[in-house]
Amino acid sequence: MIVALLAVPLLGCVLVLVLPERRALAAGIVVSGLTLVVAVAMAVVFDYGRADAQLAVDVPWVPALALRFQLGVDGVSLPLVLLTALLSLLCAVYSLRPAARPSRPKPFVALLALLEVGMLGTFVAQDLLLFFVFLELVLLPMYALIAGWGGTNRGAAARMFILYTLLGSGVLLVGLLLVGLHTGTLDMAVLAARHGEGLSRTTQVLAFLAIAGGLAVKTPMWPLHSWLPAAHTEAPTAGSVLLAGVLLKMGTYGLVRIAIPILPDGAAVLAPVLGACGVAGIVYAGLACLAQRDLKRLVAFSSVGHMGFLLLGISTLTPVGINAALFGNIAHGVLTALLFFLVGGVKERYGSTDLRQLGGGLLTTAPRLGSLLVFGAVASLGVPGLAGFWGEMLVMQAAYAPGPGLTRWLYLVYLGIAGAGTVLTAAYLLAMLRRVVYGVRPSPRQFGDLTRHEFAAWTPLVVAALVAGLWPRALLGVTDPTVRMLLVRGG
Amino acid sequence: MGIDYFAIAPMVIVAVAALAVLAVDLFVPGRAREAAGIGALIGLVLALAATAFLMAGPPRGTFCWPEDLRGTGLASCSFVADEFTGVFQAIVLVAGVVVVLMAHAEIPATSLPSGEFHFLLLSSLTGAVTLVASRDLVTSVVSLEVLTLPVFALVALRRHDGRSAEAALKMFLISVVSTAIMLFGISLVYGVTGTLQLDRIAGALPLTGPAAPLTSAGVVLVLAGFGFKIAVVPFHFWAPDTYDGAPISVAAFLSVISKAAGFAGLILVLDKGFWPLAGEWGPVLAVLAAVSMTVGNLVAVRQRQVVRLLAWSSIAQAGYMLAPLGVLGGGPATVAYVAIYSAMNLGAFAVVALVGRRGATLDDYRGLVRERPLAGGALAFFLICLAGLPPGLAGLFAKIAVFGAVVNGGYGWLALVMAVNTVIGLYYYLTWIARLFSAGSANRGPMPRPAGIAIGVALAGTVALSVVPQLVFGISPS
Repeated sequence: MIVALLAVPLLGCVLVLVLPERRALAAGIVVSGLTLVVAVAMAVVFDYGRADAQLAVDVPWVPALALRFQLGVDGVSLPLVLLTALLSLLCAVYSLRPAARPSRPKPFVALLALLEVGMLGTFVAQDLLLFFVFLELVLLPMYALIAGWGGTNRGAAARMFILYTLLGSGVLLVGLLLVGLHTGTLDMAVLAARHGEGLSRTTQVLAFLAIAGGLAVKTPMWPLHSWLPAAHTEAPTAGSVLLAGVLLKMGTYGLVRIAIPILPDGAAVLAPVLGACGVAGIVYAGLACLAQRDLKRLVAFSSVGHMGFLLLGISTLTPVGINAALFGNIAHGVLTALLFFLVGGVKERYGSTDLRQLGGGLLTTAPRLGSLLVFGAVASLGVPGLAGFWGEMLVMQAAYAPGPGLTRWLYLVYLGIAGAGTVLTAAYLLAMLRRVVYGVRPSPRQFGDLTRHEFAAWTPLVVAALVAGLWPRALLGVTDPTVRMLLVRGG
Repeated sequence: MGIDYFAIAPMVIVAVAALAVLAVDLFVPGRAREAAGIGALIGLVLALAATAFLMAGPPRGTFCWPEDLRGTGLASCSFVADEFTGVFQAIVLVAGVVVVLMAHAEIPATSLPSGEFHFLLLSSLTGAVTLVASRDLVTSVVSLEVLTLPVFALVALRRHDGRSAEAALKMFLISVVSTAIMLFGISLVYGVTGTLQLDRIAGALPLTGPAAPLTSAGVVLVLAGFGFKIAVVPFHFWAPDTYDGAPISVAAFLSVISKAAGFAGLILVLDKGFWPLAGEWGPVLAVLAAVSMTVGNLVAVRQRQVVRLLAWSSIAQAGYMLAPLGVLGGGPATVAYVAIYSAMNLGAFAVVALVGRRGATLDDYRGLVRERPLAGGALAFFLICLAGLPPGLAGLFAKIAVFGAVVNGGYGWLALVMAVNTVIGLYYYLTWIARLFSAGSANRGPMPRPAGIAIGVALAGTVALSVVPQLVFGISPS
């Protein structure tokens, strides 16, 4: 079943290329729909009581490189697999609309399918090198999506995205190989169960520096985030949604999955740095967002802040913090995807995302679109009862009591800064709402409210945001057993 | 001392084919153009078949020391046909087939003499096939010269073109100097060890005492000689001008066959002969690799002419291939990289030859994918492989192998230099790929069948190495 999860989009990618151009978009929906069916079926047969990888597949691929085709899914990866499959389908549905229909749909759909293979593969790979291969696989399709269907500065933005993240990949590969060299295995589960046994402290610190450094570019962590605003702003809507919704999650997933369990001593040494960069990112993103004049750029920058929260959670090295980070991963994936969809909708109607040109009064012109924007923004700033709340609340709770060996007063400082950051977040989101949604519309521009396809593409996200906000246990219960297994030493 | 004719069959077949092509060209002047090409192809395919049979059997050695002279017990065969030899012979011969197919359209278009072209090509291939099997320094040097000498003539074959003659002269002078340097190095090594057989040199190298500095000098000079052949910095200056001045199929020959055979010779000399001194030459090679990839990539970024870009990129790629050799036991990673590089680089050259026109710039490739989806798509795939990104898995595996060997050897800094270099490399490959997919309109004629087959062979090889890379991994000389 887990092979089907990757095989369906891969075959779909090939199939789309041989189909006639006009059938491509429909084929894209079928392919991503089938993939989602496989993902849901996996969630159904998944045994929620177990912590280890399930539905495992293990076949040698390149013995000389110790590369195995080893897949499996556990509590940490299952929610991300579902999120990826869902967002891919929603992107396919959204692209079907006449107004947003991409030029040259055939390569567009094929690239989305290839991207999906890479994203899903990253979350189910159980071998360090295989993880790396899938992580690399997403780069070119995303580059091509931005460079081929993006905004006016797409070429430079796409290049910056791929070159910057490839540098991260190279450093990451060195770290992974270092781990493989000193332990003799690349099996994530075996390595995680050893909890760094057989790796000297120096090696761990070096390997953690390389692995976390490489992943930090992808997350992205302040100050390595500078590729993100341009890439998000220039990407087509489907590209922005998947970039923010899924690609950013690969960095934090890798930290939780690889860096922390496999290199606990290295993590203990460098976690405060990770936390410091995290809170710096929160404040930086808050200030940057306050100064933004462009709606899409604002949403893009807000990701840096949300990722800062997740990094702070991870850096506490406690089950609470990491569960919170994983929860925040999903919440951010759902909410930012929704916001990028909405921004795409706004751009289509106004022809711009410049806040000064938008004027106000969206709520009177297109009440449903306006209310959804309010919903997305409010959920994103962490109002209780919606998805954004639990991740950030639990992160702060974890920072109050960081893991053993970490300096508590330092984390209390982080906690204070993060608290100030939430105020900034609220400030810029509310300021944005005031400028776009409320007030009177400056010109008698007329445009339609939500279309059928938009409704279909966005409703699942709204529902997911509500469910995650009202019933967080549904998600935390899935991740918790695996997180405890990854963290507890000698357990 | 009996000669094992089966072991040397690939070499003999290629040599006989060369003579046959020359004879046909002499006595049947009218139809020689087609006949020479077909004869060359038949010879290469027969040689490939012989190589395949040899690979299926156990390793064979010939021209060994007679039993009564062996003394220490080492067989000291000068010519060995083992898995290593077989893989390199297969690379060289398949690449030869592709070059012949590429040249099919280029020969009439640039009025090259067909008979001479194929004769020289096959002669040079004879040297390459011998070099990868040689196990003593004299056989190495002689086969290296057999490989190189016909190439001067090949480069200069466009007789009416001054740049072609200049390119050939440049290459000739540098090559002769490098051979002289190498021979001097060999004489020093022979002086201190008293033998030319690689396996005996390894045991006889004086590591300490008064002869030690002399040994080091000899080893360094031999390595420098190889450095010219494989065009690593600082021995690279001839490469871009020569590639640019030569016919495109000859440039492909230089950047793939000549380089692959040179690396095979280098691996043999290091792995079989000079390994006890690895502590001395290891760091030197690591530095050369780092400099070579950095300089090659940085200069390639500024190139707008495709052949020059490929020339500088192949200098950078030579740096990646050289990197694992600084590590004892890094040979298999280099073998894998050379094999994969040969397939993908040859493919890129095959498409460049198809698009044709000397001095073509990157802008001439605008819109290629829309006008010729197969050739354009193939070129995009080859370039992605060269950059080492999925879905070009072959290139990625090659890079991972090199990274692994380098990290294993404790050269962490070299791995980081490589990481930065892959980014620089991606920059210019992407610049090219982006043009392939952009809109553009150059009126292009139909694709000639031989060129299509050439691209197809390279593509099949690259795809096969993406799916089952194990074929070329873990191979070292026995």
